[in-house]
Amino acid sequence: MSPELINMILWSTLDTLTMVALAGIFGTLAGLPLGIFLATSRAGELFPAPNVNRIVGLVVNATRSTPFIILVVAIVPLTRLIAGTSIGTSAAVVPLTIAATPFIARVIEGAIREVDQGLVEAARAFGASPLQIVWKVLLPEAMPAVTLALTLATVSLIGYSAMVGAVGGGGLGDLGIRYGYQRFMPEVMATVVAVLICLVQGVQSLGDFISRRLDKRTRHS
Amino acid sequence: MPILDQQGRAIISFDGVSKIFPSRKDSAEVKAVDNIDLVVPEGAIVGVIGKSGAGKSTLIRLINGLELPTSGKVTVDGLDIGSLDERALRQARRSIGMIFQHFNLLSSRTAFDNIALPLEIAGTPRKDIKGIVEPLLDMVGLADKRDRYPAELSGGQKQRIGIARALATKPKVLLSDEATSALDPETTAQIIALLRQINAELNLTILFITHEMSVVKKLAQRVAVMEGGQIIEQGTTYEIFSKPTHATTKRFVGEVTGGNVPEWLQRKLLADYAPGRQAVIRIAFTGADADEPVLSRLTRTYGVDFNIMHGQIEYVADHPFGTLIASVAAEPELQARLIADLTATCNTVEHLGYVA
Repeated sequence: MSPELINMILWSTLDTLTMVALAGIFGTLAGLPLGIFLATSRAGELFPAPNVNRIVGLVVNATRSTPFIILVVAIVPLTRLIAGTSIGTSAAVVPLTIAATPFIARVIEGAIREVDQGLVEAARAFGASPLQIVWKVLLPEAMPAVTLALTLATVSLIGYSAMVGAVGGGGLGDLGIRYGYQRFMPEVMATVVAVLICLVQGVQSLGDFISRRLDKRTRHS
Repeated sequence: MPILDQQGRAIISFDGVSKIFPSRKDSAEVKAVDNIDLVVPEGAIVGVIGKSGAGKSTLIRLINGLELPTSGKVTVDGLDIGSLDERALRQARRSIGMIFQHFNLLSSRTAFDNIALPLEIAGTPRKDIKGIVEPLLDMVGLADKRDRYPAELSGGQKQRIGIARALATKPKVLLSDEATSALDPETTAQIIALLRQINAELNLTILFITHEMSVVKKLAQRVAVMEGGQIIEQGTTYEIFSKPTHATTKRFVGEVTGGNVPEWLQRKLLADYAPGRQAVIRIAFTGADADEPVLSRLTRTYGVDFNIMHGQIEYVADHPFGTLIASVAAEPELQARLIADLTATCNTVEHLGYVA
């Protein structure tokens, strides 16, 4: 492989990492409160708003069931509004964030719902306000599961980021399509796949490690 | 054990309190608590016993406003719990500690930090927290477990941390929701001893709910028996054990005093007399009568032999409570005289049936 190609692979990897990191951060910033809301707003819960809960749930489901490639094309005007362009790495962050947010919201909702209701009752009995219950009980107790959920979201984002290459998004997917597929360079394709596998493995191992460190539910953790 | 009369200042009172859970799609309306009057004197230990579904969980949750009454009034230390707004209710809850069957400790916090939680919630300055939590760790005997997580503690240790946590905000009342039901008998005894010590040292009022009469026996000064959302009987522990009137109360008391007929005997019992069959008699000794040599006296007077089939003696509020189930070979006419004689010596006697 020419040094030029190796250079391109390195730059594409960096692009992918940038897209995944930015979409992951923005997706978490939006998805975390959304997930907390979904987990605490049914009737009889901490912030009861069953109708809003139902509507938000519907929007989340609709976004999640839209195929990613269609979402990318469908929101081009929005992407252009936010990023100033609809092609390239920075533009790709917009659809990636929009796809990641409902996914993160749902997995965080699940993580929070796993928390023993007895703990919520105990906190209420000590005079905790609903916000204190979220900050002091639900989030700390859900942290190991939240970490695993965010790991899962990051892995999915790596997969999605390879897809935005198809619409000029840049990154490893873009490189794989243009060189590996269109110019038929199997060694580029193989390298791209290998780098993606390493990224996913690395993210998953890191997530597992952090989650295990946070989880105090078993002895000798 | 001091037996408290009704004279003490009431710290908790229920006035005609009902709690009705409205019907849902899949269940009918439930009257969990039905027109209850109950007074808990300050400094007392009061037990509420009932089977599951009797309404005792709802009753205890009405005290700290986790449930609000449908009608009637719950007063704690002069505050009408049902009339408080959210903020005032949260403030009131800080003077009502609570411990739970499954401890409900945060798995992500150490023993120290679990005890500190109610203080953080109450907004206690960080620098003051240590000075409150460490004496509590000493009090429950777990100073060496300060930095352990709940998963590293035994059930009894977890409940001790739960008790320390409940005491952190210096409450006036401690509510115990089946706090010993998940523990083995030895650990249960230790937790009961700790609760009695706290009651004596801090003059803390304790109201506990349980389905185990053995816990009532060891812990309570007063008892209320609940069934179907109502209090069917209440009084001092001694009164309830010596003169239970309701069938449910009798069954609960029988669990401890051995008055319930064991299953093997129930299977052998026959309803009718026939020659060669022996009469089975249950004699309950209560309080002061328990030290009379009844059987040997009857043996001498009537020349009959008793065969003891089952027996037990327990001490409640320092008085012996015992039960004997014995069979005796006697003609129906002699049986009647024996029973009359036993009843006359102020024991509770019951003719259960016959065995071959």
